[in-house]
Amino acid sequence: MPEKRQFKNAVIMNNIEKYFGNVAALNGINFEVGANEVVGLIGDNGAGKSTLIKIITGVFPPTKGELYIRDKKISLKDYNVKQAYKLGIEAVYQDKSLGEKQDLWRNFFIGRQMTNRLGFIRVREEKEMAQKIMFDIIGFRGAGITAESKANKLSGGERQGIAIGRAMYFDADLIVLDEPTSALSLKEVQKVLNFVRKIKESGRACIYISHILSDVYEISDKFIILDRGKVVATIKKSEVTLKKLSEFMLKYAHVK
Amino acid sequence: MKHLKMSIAKLVKIEGLTIIGVFIALMILFIMTAPHVFTGYRIYMSFLQTVPPLLILALGLTLVITAGEMDLSFSAIIAFSGFIFCFIFRTFGTPWLAFILALLSGALVGYINGLLVAKVGVPSIMATLAAQFFWNGLTILLSRGLSWNIKEIRPYFIHTLFVGRIGGIVPAQSLWGVGVAVFLWFILNRHTFGEHILFIGDNVDVARVMGVNVTATKIKLFVFMGVISAFAAILLTLEMINFWTTQGAGLLLPTIAAVFIGGTSIAGGYGTVIGSFFGAYIVGSLEAGVVASGIGGYWTRLVTGLVMAASVSLNIILNKEKGEGLKERIKESIFIKKGGEKSSFV
Repeated sequence: MPEKRQFKNAVIMNNIEKYFGNVAALNGINFEVGANEVVGLIGDNGAGKSTLIKIITGVFPPTKGELYIRDKKISLKDYNVKQAYKLGIEAVYQDKSLGEKQDLWRNFFIGRQMTNRLGFIRVREEKEMAQKIMFDIIGFRGAGITAESKANKLSGGERQGIAIGRAMYFDADLIVLDEPTSALSLKEVQKVLNFVRKIKESGRACIYISHILSDVYEISDKFIILDRGKVVATIKKSEVTLKKLSEFMLKYAHVK
Repeated sequence: MKHLKMSIAKLVKIEGLTIIGVFIALMILFIMTAPHVFTGYRIYMSFLQTVPPLLILALGLTLVITAGEMDLSFSAIIAFSGFIFCFIFRTFGTPWLAFILALLSGALVGYINGLLVAKVGVPSIMATLAAQFFWNGLTILLSRGLSWNIKEIRPYFIHTLFVGRIGGIVPAQSLWGVGVAVFLWFILNRHTFGEHILFIGDNVDVARVMGVNVTATKIKLFVFMGVISAFAAILLTLEMINFWTTQGAGLLLPTIAAVFIGGTSIAGGYGTVIGSFFGAYIVGSLEAGVVASGIGGYWTRLVTGLVMAASVSLNIILNKEKGEGLKERIKESIFIKKGGEKSSFV
């Protein structure tokens, strides 16, 4: 049984704007993600998808606007990745999830290490916990890969498995997946999609970004379509077929 | 053959083993070519006396290079902090005040480097090259180009503590060198600061999205390097009982060479403190070794170049072997266990 979350919405954005210099990356974004909702975030390259989720995950602050996490308004000037962790937000990025040359156990706990009072890492505990996550949550059973393996010894799918397993271990309320399947084989894509289904089953929320519309359609409850820094449509899955959604998206495919 | 490859792969995993091998081979070579010099203890005591400043600089630089950055200003800190040390001691006669202010002067140089690199976004090689000129220049201005003698410091405890002779033989600075190495090994490999350095050097975007404060960590790193350089400056100045404006200039390239010989990657994300330790002793012993073995002092630089090329190549070749061995096993591994659905969420 999925546990009942104590809030209605995992995220609400109110008129969020983000400028890089004079360039508006996001321009008046309004949207919400329910406590147990899988939202497919779609849009062409440069629509602002990555910028939008990096605001949610605390990588950088918006220029203007209001952000609510778990129904509570966030003080934007104090908001950062560590705060986002505390509020149960985890992210899996396409190619920015793991330090390639680092041991897997380091990759699990970077940014929130288990330490003693002097800041020294409790290595044995981290390694044991990493091994446990790899076995129990991710399901690595193969010989040869241990918590002490380097991340660059893993396949693309295995890397995403590690990143998703990490997000699950930290008991996220909202898991953001930014193009998690773009480097994967078809079989591995299915495994990632299965993970997203588990996120839903366990009562969590998820924002899923992908270029592959059929994947997004398969797992999402709702689609938010971004174009040039604006939300141009919010569509429930029940209101649209994959074919209709594809046709709709073509309108926003800009030919340069 | 396969067994041999696997055992090589396992051995390479031990940090710095390649370079320890190179070091031992070099020593055996020296003993064979110059037995009269290298079977006695004096030559080794001389290494233990002269190498520690170079060693300590190389240890600090290891962390900087691991973070994917470079520092060229430490040679200027050797001069600047050495001058501050001498100046304060000569003016006030208080060695510990001199010690603390010298360390702080190194921290100041490092802090400004850090601001330029992390806040302004100047590539570290440019920022610290400018710093090298600036702080060297300032040192020449302040000292009016003169060298300062501080032989009055000999009777003080600070002299015994840092550069005294233990049992009348072993230079104390060699133990400080070991101490700094142990300390930095733990910082790099067991402390959050070191782990942040590893990830920043590996991929700064990953570090950022995983919650590492990149700006603060880089500033801290350059301050750290500044303080370590200042400590090396104090050891050097105390050993020489003298400050001169160009001290440190000759340490720049040998220090960088020591770090690379040790196996630290210029690409960032990997650094070996143990490697740099032996790298420094290799670089520091080459000159004496080459001269003593009778082939002549003119050969020193050439041999250093050869040793560096050989060590760096060896590291790369052996690491490739390691990669091949692992690839096979990875193919057999399973991405997601079968039928384990229910345990996936707790």
